[in-house]
Amino acid sequence: MNNSYVINLQQIKKIYDMGGAEEVQALRGVSVQIGKNEYVAIMGPSGSGKSTLMNIIGCLDTPTSGLYEFNSINVSEMNDNQLAKVRNKEIGFVFQTFNLLARSNALHNVELPLIYAGVSSAERKRLAHEALEHVGLGDRVHHKPNELSGGQRQRVAVARALVNRPSILLADEPTGNLDSKTGDEIMVLFEELHTQGNTIILVTHEEYIAEHAHRIIRLRDGMIEADEIVKNRKSITTE
Amino acid sequence: MYFFFEVKEGLRIAFRAIRANKMRSVLTTLGIVIGIVSVTLMATAIEGVDRAFEKSASAFGSKVLYIQKFPWVGHDDWWKFRNRRDMKLEYATVVSHQATLVDAVAPSVVTMKDARFGSRTMLSTFITGTTYQYQEASGTTINDGRFFSSEESDGGRPVCVIGANVAETLFPSIDPIEQTIKVGGFPYKVLAVLEKQVGLFGMFTADNRIFVPINSFMNQFGSRRDVLISARVRKGVDIEEAKEELRGIMRKARHLAPAQEDDFNINEQEMLTQVFGTITAVIACIGFFITGLSLFVGGIGIMNIMYVSVTERTKEIGIRKAIGARRRTILFQFLVEAALICLIGGIIGLMIAYPLSLIADQILPTAMPFSVVIISLLVSLFVGVNSGFLPAFKASKLDPVDALRYE
Ligand SMILES: Nc1ncnc2c1ncn2[C@@H]1O[C@H](COP(=O)(O)OP(=O)(O)O)[C@@H](O)[C@H]1O
Ligand SMILES: [Mg+2]
Repeated sequence: MNNSYVINLQQIKKIYDMGGAEEVQALRGVSVQIGKNEYVAIMGPSGSGKSTLMNIIGCLDTPTSGLYEFNSINVSEMNDNQLAKVRNKEIGFVFQTFNLLARSNALHNVELPLIYAGVSSAERKRLAHEALEHVGLGDRVHHKPNELSGGQRQRVAVARALVNRPSILLADEPTGNLDSKTGDEIMVLFEELHTQGNTIILVTHEEYIAEHAHRIIRLRDGMIEADEIVKNRKSITTE
Repeated sequence: MYFFFEVKEGLRIAFRAIRANKMRSVLTTLGIVIGIVSVTLMATAIEGVDRAFEKSASAFGSKVLYIQKFPWVGHDDWWKFRNRRDMKLEYATVVSHQATLVDAVAPSVVTMKDARFGSRTMLSTFITGTTYQYQEASGTTINDGRFFSSEESDGGRPVCVIGANVAETLFPSIDPIEQTIKVGGFPYKVLAVLEKQVGLFGMFTADNRIFVPINSFMNQFGSRRDVLISARVRKGVDIEEAKEELRGIMRKARHLAPAQEDDFNINEQEMLTQVFGTITAVIACIGFFITGLSLFVGGIGIMNIMYVSVTERTKEIGIRKAIGARRRTILFQFLVEAALICLIGGIIGLMIAYPLSLIADQILPTAMPFSVVIISLLVSLFVGVNSGFLPAFKASKLDPVDALRYE
């Protein structure tokens, strides 16, 4: 076990008790290490446990058994408040369905993690503006989600995920609800973010998207089927 | 600092949620509105009755003792008091000579006669025969003119002092002073008009009375009457001590053996105050019970709507948790919302109750006490926080993954 890993999973299992004798084994012993500034894609058919794994990595969910160390700290021993703090400061989550607050404008959506981090109002505004500009939405800060296109919404979500400068960026099928052109734009953004030093874990079931990553982990039935380095990475541009 | 942001964010979310559901929030808060209206009006009414009582009771003078056959309160054995020997006029002289703890003593006797001036008549008016000391002994205030002097009083001169209502009835347009009225057919010259007392005791106040010298009273209207003796307690003297002294003097004057119990009572304003206090306490209890009930029902309504609100916003809760909201933050957010809804209810309640209290002011001398405004708002807050707690707790305990998956 190398101390420089951001994420260290050992024999992670997640079992859903469905009542009676029935149970679903969503993860059946997953061991993975992910280092700083890696760009990892998790692939697998639907129901293979990708989201479950992402939720555990993102501290939204806790494994039934196994060891999870985040930046060498044992997550299993954390209480609710500590988990909330990790989610707030260390993890940026991007969802397939954007998950923005519908009634708030882009700026407030991006400010939200800063509010929970206790950042002062002026500083918050500044950082949120900066993050929105970073994802190319400097001119849309006062728009509400329903006044933005799907791609723009996902950019707001990315800005929100990044605004607290987390250790990792988790994205669960971020292009799943986007057409291929806007999807590509988001992938370009991820590429840039990776170049700037961010650690990215991305769930997808599209091979050509996964090939932008440096490493692909393939899941099947809750187990790792393959863990490979991408040899001929595609570097994409929208031009 | 962190807490301050939480409060601010909580308020912001709450305002937005309430604005998004204006009608629903207002309807939800109806129980609180009714509760606050009833509690404030109740308090205002009690305040009014209290003030009216204070004003009326002060007519009796807080440091005046009244020696009588009857006690003012607790007539459980009326015949026993009825059969007591009458109070005689001489006792007043005895008390006035022997008592050291009182500084003004006045006997008074009462009858009812018609009073007339020109073509105007006031039927069955209380006529009080008393001495020049009465004004001091009872603490009445003269508006205009003077009370009768000791010479007029001893000499039984045909002069009188009239209450404010008597003056209004008999002299609607002219100044009563120096005019001569007919009391029970006998002429009396008006020396003064007493200040208006109003109050709860209505016809028993000096407003409806005519005061004449007791000697004149005895001559014209008969002398075999029960006498009331008013005595003012000297400044700085304990009222109980004065009472004890008067009791001793009266027992001797009435030749009571040590084993015999008093056959007279020494009354004071305090007795009325006590009885009155019990009455208002009962009214208050009933009122606050009703109020409590409506606030309780209102609280249940708030709880219900907060559960709906939590369910509707499950996804939002999931999002907030995913980006770092703690349980406490979510709990607080919904508590603030419930409290705010109730507070709005409280404010609406006050806005309804205030004009109503102005109407009540026409009947009772009252004003909505400021403390009631503060208390109402605090009660609304309290109801909000309490009824919001369970839904807010439920929200705070939601599992982030489940909440995010909720559609
Ligand atoms: N809350 C849950 N209760 C029961 N079963 C669940 C729950 N969440 C996920 N599962 C099951 O776990 C398995 C993995 O799900 P998931 O991680 O969402 O798959 P993927 O994201 O790869 O499509 C699936 O069989 C799914 O039905
Ligand atoms: Mg999934």
